[in-house]
Amino acid sequence: MPCDAAAVAAAIRAAAAVITTHRDELVRLDQAIGDADHGENLERGFGFVVSSLDGEVPDNPGAVLKLVATTLISKVGGAAGPLYGTAFLRAATALGDAPVLTPESVAAALRAAVGGVVARGKAEVGDKTMVDALTPAADAAEQTAAVAGELAEVLRAAADAAEAGAESTVPLIARKGRASYLGERSVGHLDPGARSSALLLRSFADSAAGA
Amino acid sequence: MVVVSHSGRLAEGVVELARQMAPDVPLIAAGGLAGGLGTDFDAVSDAVAQAQSGAGVVLLYDLGSAKMVADLAVEMLGDPSDAVVVDAPLVEGAVAAAVAAQGGATLDAVLSAAASALTDLASDKPVDPEDGLEIVLTNAVGLHARPAALLASTLTGLDAEVTVSFSGHSANARSVLALLSLGTTGGDQVTVTATGPDATEALRRIGDLATHNFGD
Repeated sequence: MPCDAAAVAAAIRAAAAVITTHRDELVRLDQAIGDADHGENLERGFGFVVSSLDGEVPDNPGAVLKLVATTLISKVGGAAGPLYGTAFLRAATALGDAPVLTPESVAAALRAAVGGVVARGKAEVGDKTMVDALTPAADAAEQTAAVAGELAEVLRAAADAAEAGAESTVPLIARKGRASYLGERSVGHLDPGARSSALLLRSFADSAAGA
Repeated sequence: MVVVSHSGRLAEGVVELARQMAPDVPLIAAGGLAGGLGTDFDAVSDAVAQAQSGAGVVLLYDLGSAKMVADLAVEMLGDPSDAVVVDAPLVEGAVAAAVAAQGGATLDAVLSAAASALTDLASDKPVDPEDGLEIVLTNAVGLHARPAALLASTLTGLDAEVTVSFSGHSANARSVLALLSLGTTGGDQVTVTATGPDATEALRRIGDLATHNFGD
């Protein structure tokens, strides 16, 4: 089944449900080393995204992601709004107005999204942020697409790498964001942004596998 | 100018403080999210639109995501070149930028006033008082907020490095914060030195201000 605008919109809805399911977990993670707003902000933002998609489903995957981006930017306070907003915006730009997703276009969109997050937040791998989940995810997606993997395989590889990357933040000292004020005390905690990035990618991979 | 903060009260407070010395500069607070803590992209975008007067907009921010929201708001403008997010200490930067803008400084000069707000604080370096203008502050409060702002703004447009020294400390005369940090009061004697093409005019203007008790 081709992954068109309707399929992408359905995947976004599924991701919104996953964020709601994991809201309290994200709140707890952010309470430990941040300002405790990540779970609530993301849930509220994706709630508005779902409302936007109820009103209209744009006619190509890139336009769907652009709608997600503008809604998150405008509705999510905290770092998650500008970071995920920029990520989805760059992904949308990378996809252009192509009618369906391909393994290669998804890998390119993910790479563009990571570039946006890095440009916006100025974090690098090892700073204990969502970049630690997203960068290996983009690497894995490109590698899988390069050996002619299917779309679902590309996203599964990205999700696997993102989960491993998120876990890798536990022993790190935070160097960006609110957690960086904690210094050594941020060690031993999973970064909430890396966790939510892994959750989103796993949800996208599950949607692609079920499509 | 737009002050972007996670806290509505913090943004309002910074604006209140800066406005005391820059009553004619449009200063807009964009703080808080939905009545609580957070940064609100729509509110920041609206504030930038409200602050537009044709001379450019300077945005100051408190913590990380406030900078990201400010950056995004500028990028989404039709013409992003006339709004700039400045990396500066929020309180000192806002006051320094507001005073510069009140004195009619260009956008670049306002940005530089904000960015150098911390380093402009009075240095402990002793100065050689052998030349320059000796001034006894005959007004009641010394170089306090309003007199300091007057002194800094009277130098607008002059090509001169002007230093005010008091009690072994020196301050850049264009920096209100540096002047305040000298801690002068009425009756104190300060030394003003100037270098550069307009040094003589700078000393004349400051002497003139002092003669008129800084408007008191």
